[in-house]
Amino acid sequence: MAAVDRPKTKPRVPAVDGWFTLDGDDGPALIGSRCQRCGTYSFPKQLNFCPNPACTSQDFDEVELSRHGRLWSYTNNCYQPPAPYVPPSGGFQPFAIAAVELEAEQMVVLGQLTAGVDVSELHVGQDVVLVVETLFEDDEAEYLVWKWRPIEPDATSGSAPRDQETHDA
Amino acid sequence: MRDHDVAILGVGMHPWGKWGRNFVEYGITAARAALDDAGLTWSDVDFVAGADTIRNGYPGFIAGSTFSQALGWRGNRVASCYAACASGAQALDTARAHILAGLCDVALVVGADTTPKGFFAPVGGDRPDDPDWLRFRLLGATNPTYFALYARRRMELYGATPEDFAQVKVKNAKHGLANPNARYRKAVTVDDVMASPIVADPLRLLDICATSDGAAAIVLASMDAARRHTTNPVKIRAISTVTPTFPQTIIEMPNFATDSAAAVAPPERSFKDAIAWAAYEQAGIGPEDLDVAEVYDLSTALELDWYENIGLCKPGEAERLLRDGETALGGRIPVNPSGGLACFGEAIPAQALAQVCELTWQLRGHAGGRQVEGASVGLSCNQGLFGHGSSVIVVR
Repeated sequence: MAAVDRPKTKPRVPAVDGWFTLDGDDGPALIGSRCQRCGTYSFPKQLNFCPNPACTSQDFDEVELSRHGRLWSYTNNCYQPPAPYVPPSGGFQPFAIAAVELEAEQMVVLGQLTAGVDVSELHVGQDVVLVVETLFEDDEAEYLVWKWRPIEPDATSGSAPRDQETHDA
Repeated sequence: MRDHDVAILGVGMHPWGKWGRNFVEYGITAARAALDDAGLTWSDVDFVAGADTIRNGYPGFIAGSTFSQALGWRGNRVASCYAACASGAQALDTARAHILAGLCDVALVVGADTTPKGFFAPVGGDRPDDPDWLRFRLLGATNPTYFALYARRRMELYGATPEDFAQVKVKNAKHGLANPNARYRKAVTVDDVMASPIVADPLRLLDICATSDGAAAIVLASMDAARRHTTNPVKIRAISTVTPTFPQTIIEMPNFATDSAAAVAPPERSFKDAIAWAAYEQAGIGPEDLDVAEVYDLSTALELDWYENIGLCKPGEAERLLRDGETALGGRIPVNPSGGLACFGEAIPAQALAQVCELTWQLRGHAGGRQVEGASVGLSCNQGLFGHGSSVIVVR
């Protein structure tokens, strides 16, 4: 194995098709749908029927959902979940999971928090922003998923100037 | 709605545990116990409703037929019901509907499960269209993930503490000491709970119900047929198996998102409130009429939510109810005298039936060391995956 020259970069592909964008001017976004008649959003996107019982629309727009939201609640996984969960290449590490309230869509969306975030740093109501991170990899590819990254209101340095901008905005 | 009563003639269970045998064995043990309890034989049964298990291959998906064949084909009618944790209640409701429609006199309802060790996992195979598969793949979201999201929310909204959650376990463990069908019969202290490892913050191992093998069965009869066997049976007065109302704004297992409330305002009653309220309306009673309740304590924190959902107190008051001992045996309204899921662990298709078995023993005065004195009205409730839930009201 060690003697074989492996390519340094594997293709980076979404772990699920059509649920989120990888980039864009404002960063990645979840792809949902919006009913053309009643305005109800769905995630994942729902292009066949409207979940509103009073609506029989069959016309929907694919829309990018809000990139920012607030923690409705959060938890973590201290033990490795069963398959089809696949641990990251370095082995399982506990990770946090968020339920995030999106204001415009009036809905709560789940997602992992970015790697390394500890629940002790979190509080309900905290601002978070959507990012894309590696979920796991195999010999063929690196598989990506959406995650939520906490935004610290008083962050003055470090990783994400754009986060700070959007928080202020 | 007394003219919609059906009689519970017999109840039976196979003890909960991790026995590692085929679920059909457990189901037949429970069915025979329920028939014996009713003073009937298999040849008296017109209709079998089975509560399905999705993790035991094809026989699990056709539980009504599976149990009928195991008891011996007799040409009876069958139904098989899947509604996640509410499967047992849905099977019970199906049997009740057949009786009330005059299609049969005596029905046997059976639920049984054999469970894997550890977290519940989705059915095997690659199924990228199934949200129950995808939530494990994309989020690593187990069932305790959802329980923990609710628990953290409760701490945020009402100031609940991990010690409050631990006190639920302490109470239920004490109740379960006197239950021969419970899997865990051991007193637990707050320190024991707080010393157990965190599984999904803020929930610890002893806050979360285990997965168990077990079976429960109930023999139902029309009131006319019941009169030939008994003078004062426990009666089912209501069964609720309602879905959520759009928009459901509390995240549901195994979903990735709630409904959107952008176009339609959320309903006045949350889903879990509505489950119990539909049963109250059907029975024509209210929470003040209850003597005993069996609620679905998938986690300790969820038991506190249920106190409010079934109207024992206002939102935010459940911790006070618990601390004052009102929901313990001897209190104003004992909850989970059986020991609850804390002492049983979950045997999914059997669990809603086990709740009704317990209420039946309570109303007969046969619950021994866990008896709620003078109980004559009981309510059960539960909630499971994909917008399923149930509530049953029994009276005597």
